[in-house]
Amino acid sequence: MNERQEFDVVVAGAGPAGIAAACAAAESGAAVGLIDDNSEPGGQVWRRDRSHAPSQLARFWLNRLERASIHRFSQTRIVAATARSRVLVVEQPRGSFEVSYRKLVLATGARERFLPFPGWTLPGVVGAGGLQALVKSGLDVQGARIVVAGTGPLLLAAASHLRLAGARIQAIVEQAPLPSLTRFALQSARYGKAAQALGLGLDLIGVPLHVSSWIEAAEGARRVSAVRVRVLKKVKTYPCDYVATSFGLAPNIELPVLAGCEIEDGFVAVTGGQRTSVKDVYAAGEITGIGGVDSALAEGQEAGSGNALGADRWLPFKRLLHDTFNPRDELRSLAAPETIVCRCEDVRRSALDGMTCWREAKLQTRCGMGTCQGRVCGAALQFLNGWRNESVRPPLLPARVETLANPGRRSR
Amino acid sequence: MLRAIERIPITVNGEPRMVPRGASVAAALLGLGITEFRRSVTGEPRAPLCGMGICMECRVTVDGALHTLACQTEVCEGMTVRTDE
Repeated sequence: MNERQEFDVVVAGAGPAGIAAACAAAESGAAVGLIDDNSEPGGQVWRRDRSHAPSQLARFWLNRLERASIHRFSQTRIVAATARSRVLVVEQPRGSFEVSYRKLVLATGARERFLPFPGWTLPGVVGAGGLQALVKSGLDVQGARIVVAGTGPLLLAAASHLRLAGARIQAIVEQAPLPSLTRFALQSARYGKAAQALGLGLDLIGVPLHVSSWIEAAEGARRVSAVRVRVLKKVKTYPCDYVATSFGLAPNIELPVLAGCEIEDGFVAVTGGQRTSVKDVYAAGEITGIGGVDSALAEGQEAGSGNALGADRWLPFKRLLHDTFNPRDELRSLAAPETIVCRCEDVRRSALDGMTCWREAKLQTRCGMGTCQGRVCGAALQFLNGWRNESVRPPLLPARVETLANPGRRSR
Repeated sequence: MLRAIERIPITVNGEPRMVPRGASVAAALLGLGITEFRRSVTGEPRAPLCGMGICMECRVTVDGALHTLACQTEVCEGMTVRTDE
Protein backbone atom coordinates (compact mmCIF):
# COMPACT_ATOMS: atom_id res chain seq x y z
CA MET A 1 0.00 0.00 0.00
CA ASN A 2 1.36 3.41 -0.97
CA GLU A 3 1.56 6.18 1.56
CA ARG A 4 -0.44 8.40 -0.74
CA GLN A 5 -2.60 7.47 -3.71
CA GLU A 6 -3.38 10.13 -6.30
CA PHE A 7 -6.52 10.54 -8.39
CA ASP A 8 -8.10 13.11 -10.67
CA VAL A 9 -11.45 12.60 -9.00
CA VAL A 10 -12.20 11.13 -5.59
CA VAL A 11 -15.80 10.29 -4.73
CA ALA A 12 -16.75 9.94 -1.06
CA GLY A 13 -19.65 7.51 -0.71
CA ALA A 14 -20.70 4.60 -2.92
CA GLY A 15 -24.48 4.96 -2.80
CA PRO A 16 -26.46 5.89 -5.92
CA ALA A 17 -25.11 9.48 -6.06
CA GLY A 18 -21.50 8.38 -5.59
CA ILE A 19 -21.76 5.51 -8.07
CA ALA A 20 -23.28 7.83 -10.69
CA ALA A 21 -20.59 10.45 -10.08
CA ALA A 22 -17.75 7.92 -10.22
CA CYS A 23 -19.10 6.34 -13.43
CA ALA A 24 -19.60 9.70 -15.13
CA ALA A 25 -16.08 10.82 -14.23
CA ALA A 26 -14.40 7.52 -15.17
CA GLU A 27 -16.27 7.28 -18.46
CA SER A 28 -14.87 10.69 -19.41
CA GLY A 29 -11.34 9.40 -18.86
CA ALA A 30 -10.51 10.59 -15.35
CA ALA A 31 -8.59 8.47 -12.84
CA VAL A 32 -11.26 7.90 -10.18
CA GLY A 33 -11.15 6.64 -6.61
CA LEU A 34 -14.42 5.68 -4.89
CA ILE A 35 -14.35 5.47 -1.11
CA ASP A 36 -16.98 3.79 1.07
CA ASP A 37 -17.09 2.35 4.56
CA ASN A 38 -19.16 -0.70 3.61
CA SER A 39 -17.70 -3.82 2.06
CA GLU A 40 -19.84 -3.52 -1.08
CA PRO A 41 -21.07 -0.57 -3.14
CA GLY A 42 -24.75 0.41 -3.19
CA GLY A 43 -25.12 2.54 -0.09
CA GLN A 44 -28.10 2.00 2.17
CA VAL A 45 -30.77 1.84 -0.53
CA TRP A 46 -28.97 -0.72 -2.68
CA ARG A 47 -27.46 -2.71 0.17
CA ARG A 48 -27.10 -6.31 -1.00
CA ASP A 49 -30.03 -8.43 0.07
CA ARG A 50 -29.17 -12.02 0.85
CA SER A 51 -32.65 -13.23 -0.04
CA HIS A 52 -33.85 -10.97 -2.88
CA ALA A 53 -32.43 -10.00 -6.26
CA PRO A 54 -31.50 -6.32 -6.66
CA SER A 55 -33.92 -4.00 -8.46
CA GLN A 56 -33.47 -3.36 -12.16
CA LEU A 57 -32.18 0.14 -11.47
CA ALA A 58 -29.67 -1.11 -8.91
CA ARG A 59 -28.48 -3.83 -11.28
CA PHE A 60 -28.00 -1.32 -14.10
CA TRP A 61 -25.82 0.98 -12.02
CA LEU A 62 -23.88 -1.73 -10.20
CA ASN A 63 -23.05 -3.32 -13.57
CA ARG A 64 -22.02 0.04 -14.96
CA LEU A 65 -19.77 0.54 -11.95
CA GLU A 66 -18.28 -2.91 -12.46
CA ARG A 67 -17.41 -2.12 -16.07
CA ALA A 68 -15.93 1.32 -15.42
CA SER A 69 -12.28 1.73 -14.59
CA ILE A 70 -12.57 2.90 -10.99
CA HIS A 71 -10.34 2.21 -8.02
CA ARG A 72 -12.71 1.12 -5.25
CA PHE A 73 -11.76 1.53 -1.62
CA SER A 74 -14.22 -0.52 0.40
CA GLN A 75 -14.40 -0.77 4.20
CA THR A 76 -12.62 2.56 4.15
CA ARG A 77 -13.51 5.40 6.46
CA ILE A 78 -12.47 8.98 5.88
CA VAL A 79 -11.21 10.32 9.19
CA ALA A 80 -9.76 13.68 8.18
CA ALA A 81 -9.81 16.08 5.24
CA THR A 82 -7.85 19.19 4.39
CA ALA A 83 -9.49 21.05 1.52
CA ARG A 84 -6.49 23.32 0.91
CA SER A 85 -4.02 20.50 0.29
CA ARG A 86 -6.71 18.30 -1.32
CA VAL A 87 -5.87 15.29 0.78
CA LEU A 88 -8.06 12.82 2.69
CA VAL A 89 -6.76 10.64 5.50
CA VAL A 90 -8.47 7.27 5.32
CA GLU A 91 -8.51 4.20 7.51
CA GLN A 92 -9.06 0.57 6.58
CA PRO A 93 -9.28 -2.44 8.90
CA ARG A 94 -5.60 -3.14 8.18
CA GLY A 95 -4.06 0.29 8.00
CA SER A 96 -4.30 3.89 7.02
CA PHE A 97 -3.05 6.08 4.19
CA GLU A 98 -3.75 9.29 2.31
CA VAL A 99 -5.71 9.88 -0.87
CA SER A 100 -5.24 13.03 -2.92
CA TYR A 101 -7.55 14.50 -5.56
CA ARG A 102 -7.92 17.33 -8.03
CA LYS A 103 -11.67 17.20 -7.73
CA LEU A 104 -13.70 15.83 -4.84
CA VAL A 105 -17.32 14.68 -5.07
CA LEU A 106 -19.07 14.38 -1.71
CA ALA A 107 -21.88 11.82 -1.77
CA THR A 108 -21.99 10.83 1.88
CA GLY A 109 -25.74 10.25 1.92
CA ALA A 110 -28.01 10.34 4.92
CA ARG A 111 -28.80 8.46 8.06
CA GLU A 112 -32.14 7.92 9.72
CA ARG A 113 -33.41 10.60 12.01
CA PHE A 114 -34.57 9.28 15.36
CA LEU A 115 -36.76 11.26 17.71
CA PRO A 116 -36.56 10.19 21.34
CA PHE A 117 -39.66 8.79 23.04
CA PRO A 118 -39.93 6.95 26.36
CA GLY A 119 -38.41 3.49 25.91
CA TRP A 120 -36.61 4.20 22.62
CA THR A 121 -33.34 2.92 24.08
CA LEU A 122 -34.76 -0.57 24.71
CA PRO A 123 -33.25 -3.41 22.65
CA GLY A 124 -35.69 -4.21 19.85
CA VAL A 125 -36.36 -0.54 19.04
CA VAL A 126 -34.49 -0.26 15.75
CA GLY A 127 -34.38 2.13 12.82
CA ALA A 128 -36.82 1.27 10.03
CA GLY A 129 -33.98 1.30 7.51
CA GLY A 130 -31.75 -0.18 10.21
CA LEU A 131 -33.98 -3.24 10.62
CA GLN A 132 -34.08 -3.60 6.82
CA ALA A 133 -30.29 -3.50 6.78
CA LEU A 134 -30.16 -6.17 9.50
CA VAL A 135 -32.56 -8.38 7.55
CA LYS A 136 -30.48 -7.91 4.41
CA SER A 137 -27.43 -8.97 6.38
CA GLY A 138 -28.97 -12.20 7.60
CA LEU A 139 -31.49 -11.53 10.38
CA ASP A 140 -34.50 -13.83 10.13
CA VAL A 141 -37.71 -11.95 11.00
CA GLN A 142 -40.15 -14.69 9.99
CA GLY A 143 -43.11 -14.53 12.33
CA ALA A 144 -41.71 -11.53 14.23
CA ARG A 145 -44.31 -8.96 15.27
CA ILE A 146 -43.19 -5.51 14.14
CA VAL A 147 -44.68 -2.03 14.53
CA VAL A 148 -43.34 0.45 11.96
CA ALA A 149 -43.57 4.03 13.18
CA GLY A 150 -42.39 7.54 12.44
CA THR A 151 -42.79 9.38 9.18
CA GLY A 152 -41.93 9.32 5.49
CA PRO A 153 -42.09 7.07 2.46
CA LEU A 154 -39.38 4.87 3.97
CA LEU A 155 -41.90 3.54 6.49
CA LEU A 156 -43.97 1.92 3.75
CA ALA A 157 -40.87 0.64 1.95
CA ALA A 158 -39.54 -0.87 5.18
CA ALA A 159 -42.91 -2.39 6.11
CA SER A 160 -43.24 -3.96 2.69
CA HIS A 161 -39.71 -5.36 2.76
CA LEU A 162 -40.10 -6.75 6.27
CA ARG A 163 -43.45 -8.31 5.40
CA LEU A 164 -41.98 -10.01 2.34
CA ALA A 165 -39.28 -11.38 4.66
CA GLY A 166 -42.02 -13.04 6.71
CA ALA A 167 -42.59 -10.53 9.50
CA ARG A 168 -46.06 -9.84 10.87
CA ILE A 169 -46.50 -6.07 10.59
CA GLN A 170 -48.82 -5.12 13.44
CA ALA A 171 -49.34 -1.53 12.31
CA ILE A 172 -47.79 1.33 10.40
CA VAL A 173 -47.89 4.57 12.36
CA GLU A 174 -47.40 7.75 10.32
CA GLN A 175 -47.40 11.19 11.97
CA ALA A 176 -48.35 13.14 8.84
CA PRO A 177 -52.03 13.99 8.44
CA LEU A 178 -54.20 12.44 5.72
CA PRO A 179 -54.65 15.61 3.60
CA SER A 180 -50.87 16.07 3.20
CA LEU A 181 -50.41 12.39 2.43
CA THR A 182 -53.12 12.54 -0.22
CA ARG A 183 -51.53 15.61 -1.77
CA PHE A 184 -48.15 13.86 -1.71
CA ALA A 185 -49.56 10.77 -3.43
CA LEU A 186 -51.22 12.83 -6.16
CA GLN A 187 -48.25 15.09 -6.79
CA SER A 188 -45.58 12.40 -6.66
CA ALA A 189 -47.28 10.74 -9.63
CA ARG A 190 -45.77 13.60 -11.63
CA TYR A 191 -42.32 12.36 -10.76
CA GLY A 192 -42.93 8.85 -12.00
CA LYS A 193 -43.41 7.42 -8.52
CA ALA A 194 -47.02 6.22 -8.91
CA ALA A 195 -46.21 2.63 -9.88
CA GLN A 196 -43.78 2.33 -7.00
CA ALA A 197 -46.40 3.62 -4.54
CA LEU A 198 -49.05 1.30 -5.91
CA GLY A 199 -46.71 -1.67 -5.56
CA LEU A 200 -46.06 -0.82 -1.90
CA GLY A 201 -49.80 -0.42 -1.33
CA LEU A 202 -50.47 -3.88 -2.72
CA ASP A 203 -47.69 -5.40 -0.61
CA LEU A 204 -49.28 -3.93 2.50
CA ILE A 205 -52.93 -4.87 2.02
CA GLY A 206 -54.43 -5.80 5.38
CA VAL A 207 -51.89 -3.93 7.51
CA PRO A 208 -53.46 -1.23 9.73
CA LEU A 209 -52.17 2.21 8.72
CA HIS A 210 -52.67 4.94 11.32
CA VAL A 211 -52.12 8.50 10.09
CA SER A 212 -51.82 11.60 12.31
CA SER A 213 -50.52 9.07 14.85
CA TRP A 214 -47.34 8.44 16.76
CA ILE A 215 -45.70 6.22 19.35
CA GLU A 216 -46.12 7.48 22.88
CA ALA A 217 -43.85 4.92 24.51
CA ALA A 218 -42.11 1.59 24.04
CA GLU A 219 -42.50 -0.79 26.95
CA GLY A 220 -40.53 -3.77 28.15
CA ALA A 221 -38.16 -4.88 30.88
CA ARG A 222 -34.89 -5.68 29.12
CA ARG A 223 -36.21 -5.50 25.57
CA VAL A 224 -39.27 -4.08 23.89
CA SER A 225 -42.45 -6.09 24.35
CA ALA A 226 -45.14 -3.58 23.37
CA VAL A 227 -45.71 -0.04 22.15
CA ARG A 228 -48.36 2.49 23.04
CA VAL A 229 -49.57 4.38 19.98
CA ARG A 230 -51.65 7.58 20.01
CA VAL A 231 -54.30 7.27 17.32
CA LEU A 232 -56.41 10.43 17.19
CA LYS A 233 -57.58 10.86 20.79
CA LYS A 234 -57.16 7.22 21.79
CA VAL A 235 -54.18 5.15 22.86
CA LYS A 236 -53.76 1.67 21.39
CA THR A 237 -51.26 -0.89 22.66
CA TYR A 238 -49.56 -3.27 20.26
CA PRO A 239 -47.51 -6.20 21.60
CA CYS A 240 -44.39 -6.56 19.42
CA ASP A 241 -40.90 -8.03 19.06
CA TYR A 242 -39.44 -5.05 17.19
CA VAL A 243 -40.31 -1.41 16.70
CA ALA A 244 -38.97 -0.10 13.40
CA THR A 245 -38.83 3.66 13.76
CA SER A 246 -37.67 6.49 11.55
CA PHE A 247 -38.54 10.17 11.36
CA GLY A 248 -37.08 10.81 7.94
CA LEU A 249 -33.45 11.22 7.05
CA ALA A 250 -30.67 13.44 8.33
CA PRO A 251 -27.84 14.27 5.90
CA ASN A 252 -24.30 13.12 6.71
CA ILE A 253 -22.73 16.56 6.51
CA GLU A 254 -19.74 15.95 8.78
CA LEU A 255 -17.25 15.52 5.92
CA PRO A 256 -18.66 18.44 3.87
CA VAL A 257 -18.41 20.68 6.94
CA LEU A 258 -14.85 19.55 7.56
CA ALA A 259 -14.05 20.25 3.90
CA GLY A 260 -15.29 23.81 4.46
CA CYS A 261 -18.51 23.61 2.41
CA GLU A 262 -21.19 26.16 3.12
CA ILE A 263 -24.29 24.69 4.77
CA GLU A 264 -27.77 26.08 4.18
CA ASP A 265 -30.73 24.95 6.29
CA GLY A 266 -28.80 21.87 7.34
CA PHE A 267 -27.82 20.74 3.82
CA VAL A 268 -24.76 21.33 1.64
CA ALA A 269 -25.38 24.43 -0.49
CA VAL A 270 -24.82 23.78 -4.20
CA THR A 271 -25.02 25.83 -7.38
CA GLY A 272 -25.06 24.77 -11.03
CA GLY A 273 -23.41 21.42 -11.79
CA GLN A 274 -23.54 20.54 -8.05
CA ARG A 275 -20.65 22.85 -7.13
CA THR A 276 -20.25 23.60 -3.43
CA SER A 277 -18.83 26.84 -2.02
CA VAL A 278 -15.34 25.26 -2.04
CA LYS A 279 -13.42 25.24 -5.32
CA ASP A 280 -13.30 21.81 -6.99
CA VAL A 281 -15.52 20.25 -4.33
CA TYR A 282 -18.91 18.99 -5.53
CA ALA A 283 -21.84 17.47 -3.65
CA ALA A 284 -24.59 15.12 -4.80
CA GLY A 285 -27.46 13.13 -3.36
CA GLU A 286 -29.16 13.38 0.03
CA ILE A 287 -26.57 15.77 1.53
CA THR A 288 -27.92 18.49 -0.78
CA GLY A 289 -31.56 17.83 0.22
CA ILE A 290 -33.51 14.61 0.77
CA GLY A 291 -34.90 13.49 -2.58
CA GLY A 292 -34.41 9.74 -2.99
CA VAL A 293 -32.65 7.55 -5.53
CA ASP A 294 -33.67 9.25 -8.77
CA SER A 295 -32.55 12.72 -7.79
CA ALA A 296 -29.35 11.30 -6.29
CA LEU A 297 -28.50 9.59 -9.59
CA ALA A 298 -29.17 12.77 -11.58
CA GLU A 299 -27.07 14.89 -9.22
CA GLY A 300 -24.28 12.32 -9.12
CA GLN A 301 -23.99 12.32 -12.90
CA GLU A 302 -23.84 16.10 -12.92
CA ALA A 303 -21.22 16.24 -10.20
CA GLY A 304 -19.08 13.56 -11.84
CA SER A 305 -19.25 14.93 -15.36
CA GLY A 306 -19.01 18.59 -14.36
CA ASN A 307 -21.88 19.43 -16.71
CA ALA A 308 -25.31 20.71 -15.80
CA LEU A 309 -27.71 17.95 -16.89
CA GLY A 310 -30.94 19.23 -15.36
CA ALA A 311 -30.75 17.57 -11.94
CA ASP A 312 -32.49 20.64 -10.54
CA ARG A 313 -35.78 19.34 -11.94
CA TRP A 314 -35.95 17.30 -8.72
CA LEU A 315 -36.02 20.37 -6.47
CA PRO A 316 -39.86 20.57 -6.35
CA PHE A 317 -40.01 16.89 -5.34
CA LYS A 318 -37.51 17.53 -2.55
CA ARG A 319 -39.67 20.39 -1.30
CA LEU A 320 -42.79 18.21 -1.49
CA LEU A 321 -41.10 15.48 0.57
CA HIS A 322 -40.01 17.99 3.17
CA ASP A 323 -43.39 19.71 3.40
CA THR A 324 -45.33 16.45 3.66
CA PHE A 325 -43.21 14.67 6.24
CA ASN A 326 -41.75 17.44 8.36
CA PRO A 327 -42.41 16.23 11.95
CA ARG A 328 -45.34 17.99 13.65
CA ASP A 329 -44.83 20.17 16.73
CA GLU A 330 -46.56 17.69 19.08
CA LEU A 331 -43.62 15.32 18.62
CA ARG A 332 -41.40 17.78 20.51
CA SER A 333 -43.13 16.72 23.71
CA LEU A 334 -42.76 12.96 23.14
CA ALA A 335 -39.53 12.80 25.13
CA ALA A 336 -40.29 13.01 28.87
CA PRO A 337 -37.88 14.73 31.29
CA GLU A 338 -36.37 11.35 32.22
CA THR A 339 -36.11 10.14 28.61
CA ILE A 340 -32.52 9.66 27.46
CA VAL A 341 -31.65 11.98 24.58
CA CYS A 342 -27.93 11.20 24.14
CA ARG A 343 -27.57 7.42 24.11
CA CYS A 344 -23.78 7.39 24.22
CA GLU A 345 -23.56 9.36 27.46
CA ASP A 346 -27.06 8.61 28.80
CA VAL A 347 -27.96 12.29 29.05
CA ARG A 348 -31.61 12.74 29.97
CA ARG A 349 -33.76 15.47 28.55
CA SER A 350 -34.14 17.19 31.92
CA ALA A 351 -30.36 17.57 32.14
CA LEU A 352 -30.57 19.97 29.19
CA ASP A 353 -33.20 22.21 30.80
CA GLY A 354 -32.31 25.87 30.56
CA MET A 355 -29.49 25.33 28.12
CA THR A 356 -29.45 27.38 24.96
CA CYS A 357 -27.00 25.72 22.58
CA TRP A 358 -24.98 22.62 21.74
CA ARG A 359 -21.79 24.03 23.13
CA GLU A 360 -23.31 24.59 26.53
CA ALA A 361 -24.89 21.12 26.55
CA LYS A 362 -21.61 19.49 25.54
CA LEU A 363 -19.57 21.28 28.15
CA GLN A 364 -21.99 20.71 31.00
CA THR A 365 -23.49 17.29 30.27
CA ARG A 366 -21.26 15.58 27.65
CA CYS A 367 -24.36 15.39 25.43
CA GLY A 368 -23.19 14.57 21.89
CA MET A 369 -19.62 13.89 22.98
CA GLY A 370 -19.78 10.09 23.09
CA THR A 371 -18.74 7.53 20.53
CA CYS A 372 -21.27 8.47 17.85
CA GLN A 373 -20.16 12.10 18.17
CA GLY A 374 -23.67 13.48 18.15
CA ARG A 375 -24.78 11.69 14.99
CA VAL A 376 -27.93 10.40 16.69
CA CYS A 377 -28.79 13.05 19.29
CA GLY A 378 -27.69 15.90 16.98
CA ALA A 379 -30.56 15.41 14.56
CA ALA A 380 -32.97 14.90 17.47
CA LEU A 381 -31.90 18.07 19.25
CA GLN A 382 -32.05 20.06 16.05
CA PHE A 383 -35.75 19.22 16.03
CA LEU A 384 -36.40 19.31 19.78
CA ASN A 385 -34.45 22.44 20.70
CA GLY A 386 -33.56 24.03 17.37
CA TRP A 387 -29.83 23.48 18.04
CA ARG A 388 -27.52 23.00 15.11
CA ASN A 389 -24.34 21.03 15.51
CA GLU A 390 -22.22 22.34 12.68
CA SER A 391 -18.79 22.42 14.18
CA VAL A 392 -16.87 19.36 13.14
CA ARG A 393 -13.32 18.46 14.00
CA PRO A 394 -11.17 15.53 12.94
CA PRO A 395 -11.16 12.65 13.52
CA LEU A 396 -14.60 12.30 11.94
CA LEU A 397 -14.95 8.89 13.52
CA PRO A 398 -13.17 7.15 16.34
CA ALA A 399 -9.82 6.45 14.65
CA ARG A 400 -6.73 4.53 15.64
CA VAL A 401 -4.00 6.60 17.23
CA GLU A 402 -1.45 5.50 14.63
CA THR A 403 -3.71 6.77 11.82
CA LEU A 404 -3.72 10.23 13.30
CA ALA A 405 -0.07 10.24 14.28
CA ASN A 406 1.36 8.78 11.14
CA PRO A 407 -0.89 8.10 8.18
CA GLY A 408 0.74 5.80 5.69
CA ARG A 409 1.79 3.19 8.22
CA ARG A 410 0.23 -0.20 7.96
CA SER A 411 -1.01 -1.34 11.32
CA ARG A 412 -0.33 -4.85 12.50
CA MET B 1 -36.10 -17.10 1.78
CA LEU B 2 -36.76 -20.70 0.86
CA ARG B 3 -33.26 -21.70 -0.05
CA ALA B 4 -31.29 -23.43 2.68
CA ILE B 5 -28.90 -21.17 4.55
CA GLU B 6 -25.59 -22.72 5.44
CA ARG B 7 -24.65 -22.36 9.08
CA ILE B 8 -21.18 -21.99 10.52
CA PRO B 9 -19.87 -22.40 14.08
CA ILE B 10 -18.81 -19.41 16.18
CA THR B 11 -18.36 -18.93 19.91
CA VAL B 12 -20.56 -16.43 21.72
CA ASN B 13 -19.72 -15.61 25.33
CA GLY B 14 -17.84 -18.90 25.58
CA GLU B 15 -20.60 -21.08 24.14
CA PRO B 16 -20.55 -22.76 20.71
CA ARG B 17 -23.33 -21.49 18.43
CA MET B 18 -24.34 -21.93 14.78
CA VAL B 19 -25.05 -18.82 12.70
CA PRO B 20 -25.85 -18.15 9.02
CA ARG B 21 -22.77 -17.87 6.81
CA GLY B 22 -22.39 -14.36 5.40
CA ALA B 23 -24.48 -12.75 8.13
CA SER B 24 -23.29 -9.69 10.00
CA VAL B 25 -22.35 -10.29 13.63
CA ALA B 26 -25.32 -8.07 14.59
CA ALA B 27 -27.82 -10.11 12.56
CA ALA B 28 -26.29 -13.35 13.87
CA LEU B 29 -26.54 -12.32 17.53
CA LEU B 30 -30.13 -11.08 17.20
CA GLY B 31 -30.94 -14.34 15.40
CA LEU B 32 -29.64 -16.21 18.45
CA GLY B 33 -32.00 -14.23 20.64
CA ILE B 34 -29.23 -12.10 22.13
CA THR B 35 -30.50 -8.57 22.65
CA GLU B 36 -27.94 -7.15 25.06
CA PHE B 37 -24.96 -6.20 22.93
CA ARG B 38 -23.48 -3.84 25.47
CA ARG B 39 -24.24 -1.91 28.63
CA SER B 40 -24.63 1.85 28.46
CA VAL B 41 -22.62 4.15 30.75
CA THR B 42 -25.42 3.89 33.33
CA GLY B 43 -25.80 0.12 32.91
CA GLU B 44 -28.79 -0.14 30.56
CA PRO B 45 -28.90 -2.97 28.01
CA ARG B 46 -28.39 -1.76 24.44
CA ALA B 47 -28.69 -3.34 21.00
CA PRO B 48 -28.37 -2.18 17.39
CA LEU B 49 -30.33 0.96 16.50
CA CYS B 50 -29.16 2.22 13.11
CA GLY B 51 -27.87 -1.03 11.57
CA MET B 52 -25.47 0.98 9.41
CA GLY B 53 -22.41 1.98 11.38
CA ILE B 54 -23.58 5.32 12.74
CA CYS B 55 -24.99 4.88 16.24
CA MET B 56 -22.25 2.67 17.76
CA GLU B 57 -24.82 0.85 19.93
CA CYS B 58 -23.86 -2.58 18.56
CA ARG B 59 -20.28 -2.56 19.82
CA VAL B 60 -19.08 -6.02 20.88
CA THR B 61 -15.75 -7.78 21.28
CA VAL B 62 -14.77 -9.81 18.20
CA ASP B 63 -11.73 -12.08 18.40
CA GLY B 64 -10.46 -9.97 21.27
CA ALA B 65 -10.92 -6.62 19.51
CA LEU B 66 -12.98 -4.39 21.79
CA HIS B 67 -15.64 -2.00 20.44
CA THR B 68 -16.08 -3.74 17.09
CA LEU B 69 -19.20 -2.66 15.22
CA ALA B 70 -21.30 -5.83 14.98
CA CYS B 71 -23.41 -4.42 12.14
CA GLN B 72 -20.39 -3.88 9.91
CA THR B 73 -18.54 -7.12 10.65
CA GLU B 74 -19.29 -10.39 8.89
CA VAL B 75 -19.25 -13.65 10.84
CA CYS B 76 -16.60 -16.22 9.94
CA GLU B 77 -15.96 -19.77 11.07
CA GLY B 78 -14.40 -19.99 14.49
CA MET B 79 -14.98 -16.33 15.36
CA THR B 80 -15.29 -15.53 19.06
CA VAL B 81 -17.76 -12.86 20.11
CA ARG B 82 -18.30 -11.43 23.57
CA THR B 83 -21.13 -9.15 24.59
CA ASP B 84 -20.19 -9.05 28.26
CA GLU B 85 -16.94 -7.06 28.29
